[in-house]
Amino acid sequence: MRRLLYILPLLAFVAVAAWFAVGLTRDPNRIPSALIDKPMPEFQLPALAEIGVPGLATSDIHGKVALVNVFASWCVPCRSEQPILMRLAREKGVILYGIDYKDQAPAGAAFLREFGNPYAAIGVDADGKVGIDWGVYGVPETFVIDREGRIRHKQIGPITPESLNTTILPLVAQLSK
Amino acid sequence: MIPEIGHYALILALAVALVQASLPLVGAARNDLALMDIGRSAALAQFGFIALAFACLMQCYVVSDFSVATVAENSNSAMPLLYKIAGTWGNHEGSMVLWVFILALFGASVAAFGRNLPPSLRARVLSVQAMTGVAFLAFIVFTSNPFLRLNPAPPDGNDLNPLLQDPGLAFHPPFLYLGYVGFSTTFSFAVAALIEGRVDPAWARWVRPWTLAAWVALTIGIAMGSWWSYYTLGWGGWWFWDPVENASFMPWLAGTALLHSAIVAEKRDALKSWTILLAILAFALSLIGTFLVRSGILTSVHAFAVDPRRGVFILAILIVAIGGPLALYAWRAPQLKLGGIFAPISREGAMVLNNLLLSTGCATVFLGTLYPLFLDAINGSKVSVGPPFFDATFVPLMVPLVIVMAVAPLIAWKRGDLAGALGRLWAAAAISGLVALGTYIAVHGASVLAIFGMALAAWCSAGALVEVAQRVRLFRVPFADSVRRLLSLPRSAWGMTIAHFGIGVFIAGVTASSAWQVEKVQLVRPGDTVDVAGYAFTFEGVVEAQGPNYIERRGTFVVTRDGRPVATMHPSKKFYPVQQQTTTDAAIHTFWIADLYATISDPDEGTQEGGAPAFPNRADGAWAARLYYNPLVPWIWIGAIIMAFGGIASLTDRRHRVGAPVPARARPAAAPAAAE
Repeated sequence: MRRLLYILPLLAFVAVAAWFAVGLTRDPNRIPSALIDKPMPEFQLPALAEIGVPGLATSDIHGKVALVNVFASWCVPCRSEQPILMRLAREKGVILYGIDYKDQAPAGAAFLREFGNPYAAIGVDADGKVGIDWGVYGVPETFVIDREGRIRHKQIGPITPESLNTTILPLVAQLSK
Repeated sequence: MIPEIGHYALILALAVALVQASLPLVGAARNDLALMDIGRSAALAQFGFIALAFACLMQCYVVSDFSVATVAENSNSAMPLLYKIAGTWGNHEGSMVLWVFILALFGASVAAFGRNLPPSLRARVLSVQAMTGVAFLAFIVFTSNPFLRLNPAPPDGNDLNPLLQDPGLAFHPPFLYLGYVGFSTTFSFAVAALIEGRVDPAWARWVRPWTLAAWVALTIGIAMGSWWSYYTLGWGGWWFWDPVENASFMPWLAGTALLHSAIVAEKRDALKSWTILLAILAFALSLIGTFLVRSGILTSVHAFAVDPRRGVFILAILIVAIGGPLALYAWRAPQLKLGGIFAPISREGAMVLNNLLLSTGCATVFLGTLYPLFLDAINGSKVSVGPPFFDATFVPLMVPLVIVMAVAPLIAWKRGDLAGALGRLWAAAAISGLVALGTYIAVHGASVLAIFGMALAAWCSAGALVEVAQRVRLFRVPFADSVRRLLSLPRSAWGMTIAHFGIGVFIAGVTASSAWQVEKVQLVRPGDTVDVAGYAFTFEGVVEAQGPNYIERRGTFVVTRDGRPVATMHPSKKFYPVQQQTTTDAAIHTFWIADLYATISDPDEGTQEGGAPAFPNRADGAWAARLYYNPLVPWIWIGAIIMAFGGIASLTDRRHRVGAPVPARARPAAAPAAAE
């Protein structure tokens, strides 16, 4: 029994090493969200002060093809994603809504001031309750919503130029037809 | 010619390291003194070759030899000399050379200063140290040759990442690596002890100075890194729980635990196999840190460019260097003689609690850091686990640690008297009560958590002072007597007091800066005045200036309080044309108990793409100013420096230099009771 205790660190390390090995080699593949093709969860969130766009509720999103992007000022990948979102909003005319997830409002506002605000409306989900309903398990995540208010696609992690061109833009174009 | 000499020296170092890794081990097994002695000369030779290679590489950077690929990619002829030198380790290849340089430095130090070690232990330590050296030298020679030539050579270099062109960051990696790699020595001692099958108080005493040295360097390195992010990232924050920060923090936590458990192993011959395990883990975490940063497996503001082949190579090193010793541990540790027994309420018991909390904290940081990686392995998603996780999990673990920290030094070894210890801490309790009350009165609407944090800081610092007062019997013997006792305290006792006091200072800084920071973010035009916590910041506009390899937009704020001038601050934006990057330089005016902090940015910045000019001309001259009043924030680094200073004081303790250790009970009765 005592002997087993001494083997424990080795076993723990084997698990970690295997996890590293997989992390290093595995091609990114996505498991779809359980919410795909379901109506988006109902919510109503307050606006982010000092930014000058309204808060966000489910009713605001209905009737338009839009992207709902979950971001936070403390999220490092969000920093690389923001320029892409800016271009989406400005050049491609895609409607973007933001959910500022588990963030302090001043920090969220400062983040948008620094990296730009691509969102038509922003809801502050300070305690992450709406995030639970939406099945957010990390930041950033982006949901593609169709005219009927259904979630059609979930992008986990930052939108890259590649995922933008191969998945998101074609999907938005198809839904907007 | 110089690069080829450097390359050749690296290959020779690899060959010497192979010899050093094998022959002394054989010698120790056969009890052959001649073979064992090879370890010493090989360690010195290996260090010599690596030092030569490192010097050659630095020479290439200093003279801007762009025929060398890494120089062309990471340097520029217009860069100031300091950054040309710092550029040597500001990239993947160079930083790995620095890594092995420090590794060999520690190996050579063991060879040079380890005269009092038994020959077989020394031979095994040097041999294990060389095995790590072989792995990393092979990594450099086969996957990351820093001396690779370019033909034809480009006319000028690509410049160093502007974020790294900063005096704080220039010396951050050497200190961080001194800490990381310093744990290689304790690791080698642990593995050597497992091979020998013997761990005794003498072993623990030999390990302690190396642990302390690594811990001090790591403390300084982490503090420098956090100072750097405070004034260049421009958010007024100082710690972001970024993966790379965490990678340096985890070995620090494990190393701190090791420092304490090694004391128990030395004084009481207990916790031996746990101490061995910690010594292995501290270095394992350093290696994992290197892996995380070098493989680019996690996204971070700090990560260098990545190459999958390197990731696989480092993973292989990781598996051998950590898996091997852990397997050895599983096999040999159960055979170690069990140490002395002790009651739960005792100094040993308190150290166990310290170790439990520190290692749980370390595991928490580990999970938080690697969770994104784990998720990536399962379903390929990239996420960021941020401060909300760490604030909720790590911070609560540290609270009991700090509470116990003041009590533990007052509890006796073997069986202690908790009530007595708490009774003797009445002064510390009174001081923290006063601080809590003072905070409540001074800060209108202070939160309960912030008041608690300040009280905790006072408890920790005052507790450290109470312990010294008790030790010198202040007010119970004539004052001159107390002073005499104070002067004859062992350095290691001073070390503990200073370091624990520093933690209190640090906690006060953390609490006040996170609870009472005042932030103003707004557009300013020349002549505008913004009030921040009673300080009036008047914006006087922005002027453009040309630096050696950048264009600077330098703003001016004149700060007054009640009409009296306080400071003139110059936050700036620097644009580096070669790398097409802009950096923020915050202006900081410190009063030591608070900082005024200012940054400026172009309000349109961040909305630009690609070829847009970095500084468009704005007709109305409006800038986005971010102004902060950061109370007690300098105490964070002052606290860290005090902690490091405590480590240095302990390192100079005579006991670390004397030969055979003397058991505590055999010491002259007149000497004060043992320190830690």
